[in-house]
Amino acid sequence: MGTLKLLQGNEACAEGALYAGCTFFAGYPITPSTEVAEYLARRLPLIGGVILQMEDEIASVGAIIGASLAGKKAMTATSGPGFSLKQENIGFGMICEVPIVVIDVMRGGPSTGVPTGPSQSDIMQCKWGTHGDHPVICLTPAYVQEIFSETVRAFNLAERYRTPVFVAYDEIVGHMRERIEIPDKGVLPVENRRRPTCSPSEYMPFDDTQGDVPPIADFFSGYRQHITGLNHAADGFPVNASPRIHTDELRLLRKVEGNRKDIIRYETVMLEDAEIVVFGYGVSGRSGKSAVELARAEGIKAGLFRPLTIWPFPAEEVAELASRVKAIIVPELSLGQIVLEVERCAKGRCEVEGIFRVDGDPITPDQILEKIKEVG
Amino acid sequence: MAFNYDPYIRSGKLPHIWCPGCTFGIVFKSLLRAVDSMQIPKDDIALVSGIGCASRLPGYVDWNTLHTAHGRAIPFATGLKMARPDKKVLVVSGDGDATAIGGNHFIHACRRNIDITVIVLNNFIYGMTGGQHSPTTPVGHMATTMPFGNVDPTFNIPALAKGAGATWVGRGTAYHVPALDKLIVGAVEHKGLSVLEIINGCPTTHGRRNKFRTPTDMLLWMKETALPVSAFEKFPAEKTVGKFPIGVLYKGEAKEYSETYFAMVEHLQKKQEGRGD
Repeated sequence: MGTLKLLQGNEACAEGALYAGCTFFAGYPITPSTEVAEYLARRLPLIGGVILQMEDEIASVGAIIGASLAGKKAMTATSGPGFSLKQENIGFGMICEVPIVVIDVMRGGPSTGVPTGPSQSDIMQCKWGTHGDHPVICLTPAYVQEIFSETVRAFNLAERYRTPVFVAYDEIVGHMRERIEIPDKGVLPVENRRRPTCSPSEYMPFDDTQGDVPPIADFFSGYRQHITGLNHAADGFPVNASPRIHTDELRLLRKVEGNRKDIIRYETVMLEDAEIVVFGYGVSGRSGKSAVELARAEGIKAGLFRPLTIWPFPAEEVAELASRVKAIIVPELSLGQIVLEVERCAKGRCEVEGIFRVDGDPITPDQILEKIKEVG
Repeated sequence: MAFNYDPYIRSGKLPHIWCPGCTFGIVFKSLLRAVDSMQIPKDDIALVSGIGCASRLPGYVDWNTLHTAHGRAIPFATGLKMARPDKKVLVVSGDGDATAIGGNHFIHACRRNIDITVIVLNNFIYGMTGGQHSPTTPVGHMATTMPFGNVDPTFNIPALAKGAGATWVGRGTAYHVPALDKLIVGAVEHKGLSVLEIINGCPTTHGRRNKFRTPTDMLLWMKETALPVSAFEKFPAEKTVGKFPIGVLYKGEAKEYSETYFAMVEHLQKKQEGRGD
């Protein structure tokens, strides 16, 4: 039995980070994510960890990448406009394959938008926010307990795949208080990055003969290395107009896309005989679950697909559903982002209907039930 | 005996990218001599840079090296330093990198007085992109984005650093080499945020458009224009017009950030042990 607590989503996120071994946080105040930093500011110094409030969002990502390169598990947390600012250095983390965790507590936008309102409109920013082609792992918890466990998983995936990992949830679950159980140490797996076993003179930081995820050496550990945001060869030094660029960028994608089965997680409810499926993540997934229960009570064959991993996108799962259901309903707190991805995977084999809302309130179960009846 | 640079240079990565006549090579060698004289083991020092010609320097040095995004070297260096406060962390930057796009990071690192050495290779221009005016391009000078002469006022880098809270501020030039070696030692030895501006010349994108016929003319300009700070301060104001001081320009006292932070950590941990929880 672990420890029972009544926590806000943002606090559960901080607890998850601590459970996963995070000892370094750098951030910048922004609503509605600030509680993550505030909670860690009270806890990290007590365990010898570092909490830094940097001069801006850009610097926060720079600092955690520096700390991660020195061997620490490091995290930052932000919201919409701050997430936009962070994109530059997130791209650095991706091309240099630095394990970091970035929390995005989504609020309305564009620009300052609705700082205190919920949103799910950063989901394409997670995928395409930084320039260039790049791998993306993004987890989308919907409950306070899940924010805890998915934050632990985010650290594990960052360490396992040597890449930045996002946890994106909306303001509602970020600020909602629920009872959660923090498991005892050792109950949830906690992973550490693969470090080199070769001699420092043989070490190459991007040696793809070591597999798609080459071992990563800590700065100051005797493995002197060069890390650059330029496209680089196996030894870490810049290359220009080389076939290596193409093969290495493919490797970056492959280490995520090639491990979809390991990374993709989702919850399903009554999908076996479902004719109408609600595809919802985060708070919209919670409303979706209630809507499915209401529909079943009325004898309608409805089911739920609630992704906990939104990137990489559960494309095969959606394609399979599309081949056997009448319609997929996609509720989201945006004007239609992830619905495009569902449409892409459904390839016209079933109807795809969105429910969009950006007025600061969540999509209600009734709204979804109405749509279920409409397409039924 | 001639200094042996070989142990510090990643010779396989040469030739470097700098143009003929660029003075960065002079600074590069001075940095290696200075750090060698301090006997800092190669595993215990990191050199971090942003983007630009100066920022390519770390790639040639056999230390822990990190070539980051434009203007962002200082935050990455801050992360390294706070993760490993026992190690030496240096930043090498340019005038645009440090004071334009990275200006916010620059002043806040000075304010924190974190134990990092920031070396700014000021060549008065954006060289890598072909000669656009930077925050240090003299007013009236030609730049590709000021083709009628620069009207954009300049930063005085040492004054900016001092005003923002750096506790060691110096200026050297690529011409005054023995003095430069000593300035680098002073900057790296200092506990706290040290800023060393090094006056450089970019003949390719600045000099030849601004009446410096040859790279040598740029070095001669440094020779004639720089005054040791002691002399600069003694001279009457009219004699220092158009001149600039070199040497250690400012030394102050303030708590160093990482030391203060980890003292807080130690205090909290002791208090926690005392409470028995």
